[in-house]
Amino acid sequence: MPGICVITEQRGGEVKRASLEALAEALRKKSTVGGDVTAVVLGHEIGEAAAALAASGADQVVAFDRADLALYSSEGHCACAAQAVRDAGASVVFVAATIQGRDLAAAISGGAALDAGYAADCTAIDTDGGDLVATRPVFAGKAIIKVRCTAETFVLSLRPNIFDATLPGGSASVTTATPPFDEGSLRARVTGIAASTKGRKDVAEADIVVSGGRGAGSPEGFAPIEALAEALDAAVGASRAVVDLGWRPHAEQVGQTGKVVSPKLYVAAGISGAIQHLAGMRTSKVIVAINKDPAAPIFKVADYGIVGDLHEVLPALKDALLALA
Amino acid sequence: MNAICCIARVPDTATRIKIGPNGKSIDPEGVQYVINPFDEFALEAAIQHKEAKGGELVVMYVGQDDFAKDLRQCLAKGADKAIHLKIDGPLGPQGISSLLAEKIRPLMPASVFCGKQAVDGDVGGMGVMLAGLLDVPAVSKVSSLELKDDTAVATREIEGGVETIDASLPCVFTFEKGANEPRRAGLKEIMAAKKKPLEVEEVSAPAPKLSVESLELPPPRPEGRIVGEGTEAVAELVLLLREESKVI
Ligand SMILES: Cc1cc2nc3c(=O)[nH]c(=O)nc-3n(C[C@H](O)[C@H](O)[C@H](O)COP(=O)(O)OP(=O)(O)OC[C@H]3O[C@@H](n4cnc5c(N)ncnc54)[C@H](O)[C@@H]3O)c2cc1C
Repeated sequence: MPGICVITEQRGGEVKRASLEALAEALRKKSTVGGDVTAVVLGHEIGEAAAALAASGADQVVAFDRADLALYSSEGHCACAAQAVRDAGASVVFVAATIQGRDLAAAISGGAALDAGYAADCTAIDTDGGDLVATRPVFAGKAIIKVRCTAETFVLSLRPNIFDATLPGGSASVTTATPPFDEGSLRARVTGIAASTKGRKDVAEADIVVSGGRGAGSPEGFAPIEALAEALDAAVGASRAVVDLGWRPHAEQVGQTGKVVSPKLYVAAGISGAIQHLAGMRTSKVIVAINKDPAAPIFKVADYGIVGDLHEVLPALKDALLALA
Repeated sequence: MNAICCIARVPDTATRIKIGPNGKSIDPEGVQYVINPFDEFALEAAIQHKEAKGGELVVMYVGQDDFAKDLRQCLAKGADKAIHLKIDGPLGPQGISSLLAEKIRPLMPASVFCGKQAVDGDVGGMGVMLAGLLDVPAVSKVSSLELKDDTAVATREIEGGVETIDASLPCVFTFEKGANEPRRAGLKEIMAAKKKPLEVEEVSAPAPKLSVESLELPPPRPEGRIVGEGTEAVAELVLLLREESKVI
């Protein structure tokens, strides 16, 4: 039986934007796949999230609401989500490719759950006849692959910030489902979440990222980078060189072994543009590079470059931007 | 309790990718292959597990190509045994996890250590799928791990925060960069590793669940421009960001 199940993610009762993007995309693909679009939500005391999904345009909403689902566990969320997919008889599953979503999408695709074909971190989904063809980056974005599913069930995780989140609206009924395992039987689960430092924006989620590299000169040399980020309401990013030097936390690293970002504006200051760094940011909409060395490879991918010392250029840029506001 | 470390063979991250003549896979010509960077952290954690809990540490690699030199490196660092499950075609995380699960089952109870994703296919699902097949819990993207008697406490960086995860052992852990300081093997260990067992076993690969339509290079970014030098170029840059690309 056809149909699409969207396994959504909520935090504090609010459905994540990336999940709404996945749901909107599912509704756009409904006519190709056939059947219903079912939105699934998991957590504890999530009535609000379920109600928001019911008003989104989905055909039905399934809610798993129990204390041991309040925080994530791969095992528990997977068991519930896989059951919801089976109950709905869905042939396609969409999940937002957040950190949690990528864990869950992999878990439900595994041989012990749905034994599905799994396309991770998709950046486009096309249709060909009745089939979905998923486009996704491989080799850290150095190549793009298109795949189609040869198994009965196709699980796709959708990269955040790519798919349009416009929802048609509607009024679906909410079904409460019982998790298929005993309460308290989970063997690995999240027990707490600490917000990162100073409630700073996360590089992977921010609209604007200002990144610094070894050219900053020292940990203190990041002051102009942080100041510009603040003026732009941006996240601070970093090259691996400065993370390995201990100047910046790992959470800020952009690149092949850090985070892959595609903000609308990426500012690279004092970053040479090594292939592993480019892999993490080359899909940004606009790239600005500031580097002392006119031959730095970063200028090859930058839309706009300024040759100069970041300690002079960034403060001037910040002042010019503040003057605009 | 035993420990298993799963190793993937991937192109060096500095590789410039070229597309092969079939348009569905990369051209391997001139590509240098290395241990998946995230697996280095998994191996270190597995060695620490062995040091703390005893048992055997087995390194497993599923792949088409010979990887003996790198597997010897793992043996030199502290693994007791290496197994290469040799297949005759490429395989996704489903297939790899099912082959590994069969091989690991007789060694249970064992905790399993993997990288968070292999930097070729970038799927990041093998470890979690393996946990399901072994019926043990999974913790992915571990950024730090503390082993206790029968449990472990891990942290994971998520969007805007850090999660703490309690897990009972055995468990599958997949590792993020920076979770520990991978050790280097000394000359003595490298010599000793030559005597450790390295088995190659031919296995038949299960049918893949995805079929590849095409593999292409991403469209090149449009040619950029140098706006100017130093602070004098700032006004123009701001204008361009506002008027031309409209991002601020
Ligand atoms: C397996 C592996 C994985 C990797 N993964 C990543 C990754 O995920 N992310 C990543 O970033 N790197 C990664 N790297 C490292 C990468 O190869 C580079 O070493 C790194 O990106 C360089 O960082 P950088 O540009 O800050 O430093 P450098 O290459 O040293 O460049 C510094 C730049 O700053 C400029 N500069 C100096 N002073 C100033 C100034 N006052 N004002 C303006 N400009 C100035 C210089 O001209 C130079 O271009 C990886 C490497 C390996 C082997």
